[in-house]
Amino acid sequence: MSGGVLVEGLGRAFGGNRVLDGLDLQIRPGEFVALLGRSGSGKTTLLRTLAGLDPVEEGAVSVPDQVAVVFQESRLLPWKRVRDNVMLGLDGADAGARAEAALGEVGLAHRVDAWPLTLSGGEAQRVGIARALVRAPHLLMLDEPFASLDALTRLRMHALVERLWRKHGCAVLLVTHDVDEALTLGDRAVVLDRGRIRTVLPLEMERPRRHDADFARGRQVLLEALDVGEAV
Amino acid sequence: MLDRVSTPATVIDRPVSRQTAARTAAARTAAIRAPAMRAAGKAAAGARKPSRALPLRRFWSTLLILAVWQAASSAGLVSPQTLASPLRIAQTAFDLIRSGVLPQNLLVSLGRAGSGLAIAIAVGIALALIAGLSRIGEDVVDAPMQMLRTLPALALVPLFILWFGIGETPKIALVALGAMIPVYLNLSKGIRAIDPKLLEMGRTLGLSRMAVIRHIVLPGALPDLLTGLRFSVGISWLMLVVAEQVNASTGIGHMMMDAQDFLRTDIILVGLLVYALLGLLSDLAVRMLERHLLRWRPVAGGAR
Ligand SMILES: Nc1ncnc2c1ncn2[C@@H]1O[C@H](COP(=O)(O)OP(=O)(O)OP(=O)(O)O)[C@@H](O)[C@H]1O
Ligand SMILES: [Mg+2]
Repeated sequence: MSGGVLVEGLGRAFGGNRVLDGLDLQIRPGEFVALLGRSGSGKTTLLRTLAGLDPVEEGAVSVPDQVAVVFQESRLLPWKRVRDNVMLGLDGADAGARAEAALGEVGLAHRVDAWPLTLSGGEAQRVGIARALVRAPHLLMLDEPFASLDALTRLRMHALVERLWRKHGCAVLLVTHDVDEALTLGDRAVVLDRGRIRTVLPLEMERPRRHDADFARGRQVLLEALDVGEAV
Repeated sequence: MLDRVSTPATVIDRPVSRQTAARTAAARTAAIRAPAMRAAGKAAAGARKPSRALPLRRFWSTLLILAVWQAASSAGLVSPQTLASPLRIAQTAFDLIRSGVLPQNLLVSLGRAGSGLAIAIAVGIALALIAGLSRIGEDVVDAPMQMLRTLPALALVPLFILWFGIGETPKIALVALGAMIPVYLNLSKGIRAIDPKLLEMGRTLGLSRMAVIRHIVLPGALPDLLTGLRFSVGISWLMLVVAEQVNASTGIGHMMMDAQDFLRTDIILVGLLVYALLGLLSDLAVRMLERHLLRWRPVAGGAR
């Protein structure tokens, strides 16, 4: 199956600053990986490299051919209605219908004709997710997609993403700063530190995740890996 | 729904002290807000009233000026060779329209301005795309355009007459040259200012280069293009006036120059009125185009 990701010895430097340094990572088809790491640890750089936006300078990267990205800012074209944003780059006579179906999946069937600048932050982000999913990606990457949303909206988005991931069965790489988000969604939490993966935490608790003892233990591990363990 | 219903209940359950604190805080904001809102309401009401009354007032003052002007002319205080009376001008306009002189000349002038403007837009967009989309293009195109920009286009009239003679070509060329500059300048600036994040998004969506230009670059630079267009329309009338007054055997400008030879200030004033109307209408047309094309902007379209 072509749905997996394999990264071997990936390196990247900006000037003298080594951002990625011999990074190895494997994502199985359909696996949900949450990527954590301090600010500046290279998460976005890794994601951009996987998306083909940044070059592979050292090492090797193999990704499925259908890759979709959702950024922190929704990056919708303000001059296209929501439906046309989702349709962008699709061909086929049924593109419009597929876009509308995808918008329905994220609960925005009633906003298909809206202009993006009139959407709320959460709605815009959901359009971004619809735009990614309508392409039936084998790998979906999300770079801090919920960082600018309020706590309640974020919880709803977690449920939405989990539901869509189960339905579509694509591999997911979710970059986040939120340890609870990683524990709620991931099959595996991965912590990036100085350009390498230092900690890998398999999360085998049953879904939907409950805030039980396992969850608390997971949180402790991740916070320690992020060097904030003692503070808590 | 449920949230909204349950919220007041929790407030009532809270300790009295906090509740009163909340209440006074609420009261304070209300007190602060009330006069502001009243003021805003007054301002809104005030703004609405004059907007209905103002045009009337303006209308009256204009009428008054016209009446004084007419009275002065009728009393012989102003000779018709200095300034024709309003009634005379109206009569002349009517005659010029009925005899077909005005429509004919207007058509010629419109043709010149229209074709000049069309050339300006086509060439301006093409050059801006070349300069905006590639480094080499920018180096090749931008420097000469910046030089051309500093040149007062009207100063080219003698040269254009030498080059193109006295037919339609120099007039259209003058309009085209003058009107192209703002289209180029604004559009190339707009293209360069496109959010790189959107271009990147286009790449992740697998858009071809042509699709990126069509869906992202051009619509993104459209507001700047329209700004340029508005300047261009204004400039094209200016160019036309000069071109038609320097040498022409037809057109509104020629009609006015002809009238000068016969001391017909009434015809000259009709020409001025026509120019003013043309300027006003074309500006209005661009504004309407703007409102339609930029309706995705919440401010411009009032959408939401
Ligand atoms: N184009 C660039 N030029 C120079 N340095 C860069 C560039 N892009 C990233 N960097 C540097 O690489 C490092 C990693 O950046 P990256 O954006 O991958 O971090 P991140 O883990 O996503 O951080 P955050 O959590 O704050 O988003 C940072 O030190 C950043 O300054
Ligand atoms: Mg980042």
